[in-house]
Amino acid sequence: MAGVQVANVSRSFGAHKALDDVSIDFADGGFYALLGPSGSGKTTLLRQIAGFDFPDAGRIAIGGESVERVPVEKRRIGMVFQNYALFPNMSVADNVAFGLSVRGEPKATIAVEVQRALDLVQLGKLGGRRPHQLSGGQRQRVALARAIVTKPRVLLLDEPLGALDKALRVDMQIELKRIQREIGITTIFVTHDQEEALTMSDRIGILRDGRLVQEGPPEEIYDRPQSEFAATFLGDANIFRGDAIGNGIKLPDGTTINAASGASVPAGAKASCAVRPERIQISAGTAKFDAGNANTLKGQVSKRIFAGNNSTYFVERDGQTLKVIVQNTGAERLAEGEPVVLSWSPDSTVLIAAN
Amino acid sequence: MAEQLAIGSRRGLKPALPLLLPAYLWLTVAIFLPLSAMVFFSFMTDLPLAGKEWAFTLGNYATFFSQSLYLTLLLASLRLGLEVTLWCVVIGYPAAYVLAKVLKGRSREAIFLLVILPFWSNGLVRIFSWAMVLREGGILDTALNAVLPFKINIDLMYSYPAVIIGLVHSYVPYMVLTCYLTLQAIDDSLIEAGRSLGASRLQVLKRVIIPLSMPGLIAGAALIFVPVVGSFMEPRILGGRTGTFYGTVIEDQFVAVFNWPLGAALSFILLAVVLIILGLAAPVLRRAA
Ligand SMILES: Nc1ncnc2c1ncn2[C@@H]1O[C@H](COP(=O)(O)OP(=O)(O)OP(=O)(O)O)[C@@H](O)[C@H]1O
Ligand SMILES: [Mg+2]
Repeated sequence: MAGVQVANVSRSFGAHKALDDVSIDFADGGFYALLGPSGSGKTTLLRQIAGFDFPDAGRIAIGGESVERVPVEKRRIGMVFQNYALFPNMSVADNVAFGLSVRGEPKATIAVEVQRALDLVQLGKLGGRRPHQLSGGQRQRVALARAIVTKPRVLLLDEPLGALDKALRVDMQIELKRIQREIGITTIFVTHDQEEALTMSDRIGILRDGRLVQEGPPEEIYDRPQSEFAATFLGDANIFRGDAIGNGIKLPDGTTINAASGASVPAGAKASCAVRPERIQISAGTAKFDAGNANTLKGQVSKRIFAGNNSTYFVERDGQTLKVIVQNTGAERLAEGEPVVLSWSPDSTVLIAAN
Repeated sequence: MAEQLAIGSRRGLKPALPLLLPAYLWLTVAIFLPLSAMVFFSFMTDLPLAGKEWAFTLGNYATFFSQSLYLTLLLASLRLGLEVTLWCVVIGYPAAYVLAKVLKGRSREAIFLLVILPFWSNGLVRIFSWAMVLREGGILDTALNAVLPFKINIDLMYSYPAVIIGLVHSYVPYMVLTCYLTLQAIDDSLIEAGRSLGASRLQVLKRVIIPLSMPGLIAGAALIFVPVVGSFMEPRILGGRTGTFYGTVIEDQFVAVFNWPLGAALSFILLAVVLIILGLAAPVLRRAA
């Protein structure tokens, strides 16, 4: 097993830059999610690491060994494809055995290893079936068993759960995480499901238009996004735009919003502040709010969506619609049209330099 | 469930009948009637033309077994069929692979056109063009001698290789097309999956792609082997004196000797032999696929 280093990798298709100077260090044994909208270059990056495609510039190393010109079959990687890519002409067991058998391992060893891998994905009894006799979730497990049985240095997964329905997806997420922990393999997981990325990974890399926007542990990206894009792509965020004033911004109408963290922006420059909907306290126009909430705004409820354990309020303020999520504590609910005060702490606010 | 299905399919057949009717009518008129006439001929002593006397006989079939010449020619034709089929695999499969998996867009269309061009040209024109190429002082001979520093004589005309070349050229498009269709249907991610598991391109070809394209190879082989065994035009024109095969003997019976009954009997023996070969090969090939 080994870490993966991607350094200044670029890859263009014609005039289109699918990857633009991307550098990421994938730590040994970590679970890494690559997140980004469609066409942002996630698959392209994964294919450079796998060796199906080669970068125009930059370095890729697996376990410290430079691999830019090493073909796929020599890289000792395991790959799980979105459409499973099981060999239809082989039984489940033969599919799993494929990697060992092309290496020329003895038959007895292969049988033992294959059974162990199938047991690991809880398909121990289905070795004799053909891929078309399996359900989607089972096929996914076979694909996973096939990818890890060769003891690869890295496991690469390209939206492996994309074709599964929601319930099965959650099962497989837990399963995948369990297996990854059990064998401790460095895992790079492409997804465009932000929830999947947040719940499963140790670190997340967000890609946009071939560039790495931000990279770090899920909590860090969620709590301290460095760009409006990162703030709104991973979770929901209210964005205020204005001119920087030290630790915060001044909105066009003169209101100031204070931020305790984020970029340092020279006073007067364009900047934004981001705040998560669940961090905002909403109260009726006359009510009191926590003294620590130095940021306050007045507005009017335009809509309320009740979702059982919480409610989402849409609040109109100076032409902007803000989103506030309130846990259902049994407190009095605010009606649509009601004037309200929004308040939140500077600790919940992140200052972002305009891009 | 099974009952329901059975009822469903029975109900499904009736409305389909009017749709199937033209096809069955055509098959009856175009294949069944002439074929039964030929079966009838093959049991006659002579053609019932111009008021000639005729009677039923098994003699035409007996002729095949009484003279070793026919068996020898049949074996030669079977060998010809086998060789041409093999060459078509050797040439057609890689071509189909390149078309399906390597080329993209415009260049694929262009090459595809080149491959199926022989389909659209008249068989005789095709064969006589080969005659021009292969004879001494022909195109191949002249071209090679223009390039090579030493003098060589190429006269492939009226030889076994000439027959093979002509037949392979005529029939290779079938192999390319059937293999192209099956290769086209193989998902590229299967190839990538194989390679990610440590298999070289060759191993992926052997273990994944060829097994999955078996149906195309078999269909192509059947489409080529059967007509080549009975072929007569290429052997006659390109093979000259060496071009006597089972097919040319049958043709002789119809156009030269005018012994239709013997020609018909020889045809049906060939048909039976070919069917037996295909029947024996089917289980083996199915297992391979
Ligand atoms: N072989 C190729 N030829 C030309 N352009 C390509 C090729 N592969 C990818 N691209 C382009 O590169 C960009 C990134 O593609 P990529 O497949 O990496 O996106 P992605 O992030 O995986 O998207 P998705 O979430 O839709 O899978 C896209 O604009 C795509 O059109
Ligand atoms: Mg993709």
